[in-house]
Amino acid sequence: MSKTRIIATVALGAALVATSACSSRRPESLPPAPGSEGPGSGIGTDPGGTGVGAIVPGSRADFLQQVPSDRVYFALDSYTLTNEARAVLDSQAQWLNANPAVNVTIEGHADERGTREYNLALGERRANAARLYLESRGISSARMQTISWGKERLESFGSDEASHARNRRAVTVVPE
Amino acid sequence: MGKIISGLWLTVLLALAAPATAQNQQQPPTTPPEEVIELEVGEGVFTTFNVAVPVMPTPQAVDTPAGNTQRLGQQVAEIIVSDLRNSRLFQPRGPGGLPTPSFGEVSSPNYGVWQGVGAQNLVQGYVQANGDGSLTVGCYLYDVGGRTQLTRQGFNVPVAQWRRAAHRCADTIYSRLSGDTGFFDTRIVYVSETGPPNRRIKRLAIMDYDGGNHRFLTNGQWTVLTPRFAPDQRTITFMSYENDRPRVYVLEMGTGRVRPLVPGNYQTFAPRYSPDSRFIVFSMAVNGNTDVYRIPVEGGTPQRLTNAPGIDTGGSYSPDGRQIVFESDRGGSQQIYVMNADGSNQRRISFGGGSYGTPEWSPRGDLIAFTKIGGGFRIGVMTPSGGGERVLTGGPHDEGPTWAPNGRAIMFFRGASRGNLWYVEASGGGTRRVATPLEGSDPSWSPLNPN
Repeated sequence: MSKTRIIATVALGAALVATSACSSRRPESLPPAPGSEGPGSGIGTDPGGTGVGAIVPGSRADFLQQVPSDRVYFALDSYTLTNEARAVLDSQAQWLNANPAVNVTIEGHADERGTREYNLALGERRANAARLYLESRGISSARMQTISWGKERLESFGSDEASHARNRRAVTVVPE
Repeated sequence: MGKIISGLWLTVLLALAAPATAQNQQQPPTTPPEEVIELEVGEGVFTTFNVAVPVMPTPQAVDTPAGNTQRLGQQVAEIIVSDLRNSRLFQPRGPGGLPTPSFGEVSSPNYGVWQGVGAQNLVQGYVQANGDGSLTVGCYLYDVGGRTQLTRQGFNVPVAQWRRAAHRCADTIYSRLSGDTGFFDTRIVYVSETGPPNRRIKRLAIMDYDGGNHRFLTNGQWTVLTPRFAPDQRTITFMSYENDRPRVYVLEMGTGRVRPLVPGNYQTFAPRYSPDSRFIVFSMAVNGNTDVYRIPVEGGTPQRLTNAPGIDTGGSYSPDGRQIVFESDRGGSQQIYVMNADGSNQRRISFGGGSYGTPEWSPRGDLIAFTKIGGGFRIGVMTPSGGGERVLTGGPHDEGPTWAPNGRAIMFFRGASRGNLWYVEASGGGTRRVATPLEGSDPSWSPLNPN
């Protein structure tokens, strides 16, 4: 009995924190009240976050909807940002400026054509390049952490150039 | 984790035990070993010893947790044959198809029989269960033509570690006939892999060099990479993505305790021990710049060894501990450099065209193994001054060499997003796959197990 009450209190507290965080930014678009259209109700929701009606401002789904891409791509063994990459990061910076409470992780990745440890260093270079650019667009360094996966999380498994190109990336990850 | 590891650490006693009938014979060298070494390192030219390895009899058939001593006598002989064959220095025969000596014959062979079989050398031995849960394996090597005993050893091991006694007997034979130290009583720590490339499950695993006694050290919850044995085998260092904070960790083998090595918030990787097991060199990425650092194994303040802009990683100590070989892209492409252990006198040694990574200094000190990059990955060796470059494998994706403790063979992994462990001799011959239960990468070869 008392255990149930504690859990309920904690859940309520978490909900209050979440609600107040959201309401301080965009009070006009609060998420639906729990139970009315929450996950599992089967109406208009998608656990993957693509259901338009369920998008929470400041969430990953919101980020993915508002920016042209969550990732930028690099040339072989390069960490130079292309013009296209800068445009993508500009829009990410815009979103991050509009959602100042959101911290992100920038993941750096490499293709399989480098050795494992070199690629860990290369992935960190790429993540750092994206971080520095976002910083130059006004995003506090304290809001961004970087992690390099090297070639440990390939997204495209082919050995053709197109597959390699999709793996050479820095991904801005917003918490769900 | 501690439960998996405790009991893994092996204590094997060298016993001077011999059968009651053993005679105190000397060990006159009838085969000059120098000749053999020269031929072995010569490009693919071999002199092989025709060695007979019959079943090892037991003075008394006793059931043990590892099986009956009679059966163990056959299995020990089989492992010795397999070890000797793996080295390609020997043409071993047996135990099938050979007569089984009596226990009394172990120390006084029937030379006539073995001459008739055409054996140059003969390995005999015995397996004896002791009352205290240990086994004694006797190991005798004979020169059949010269009718002399070349060497003999007795190995006293806990029953569960009976395979080690077989490997140590094979090392004794290898050493006596080649003049070199063996590499059979060794282990491999590596990364066992399963699953698709975007959700690969990677676990630390450890096994005997021949795949025996395989077991997992981590459960796969976090991605782990690049384990290395401490030369004293008391710890293993590796990289883990535990809690999504990729760091170098140290696993203490005695307790199973795992601890982060380097304080701070930066990503650390590529750990390697110093030959005296007191230090670990590693790489740390700070704001897009990766350098090589050194830290005591028990932790402390890292000492920075490189400071060139760019990626400096993959440090590996020379066996005397005075130099470190590493890779750097400071000149525009990934190349191999050597520096003094304090970071001074950094100079490039690879000039063969293409790029080079993952340098590993041979325990003999004479060669540096590397991954050659360009049109795929292949394993090669060069001297510490950069000369005599030889590519040993055919690719297309061979990466991450590790040396056998005697510097005569290399293990590596083959395959890009999913690979397996492979073996090649430093001379370039004998390439073969190393069997593992799942796919594998990042092998690290242990020194000879402590006695």
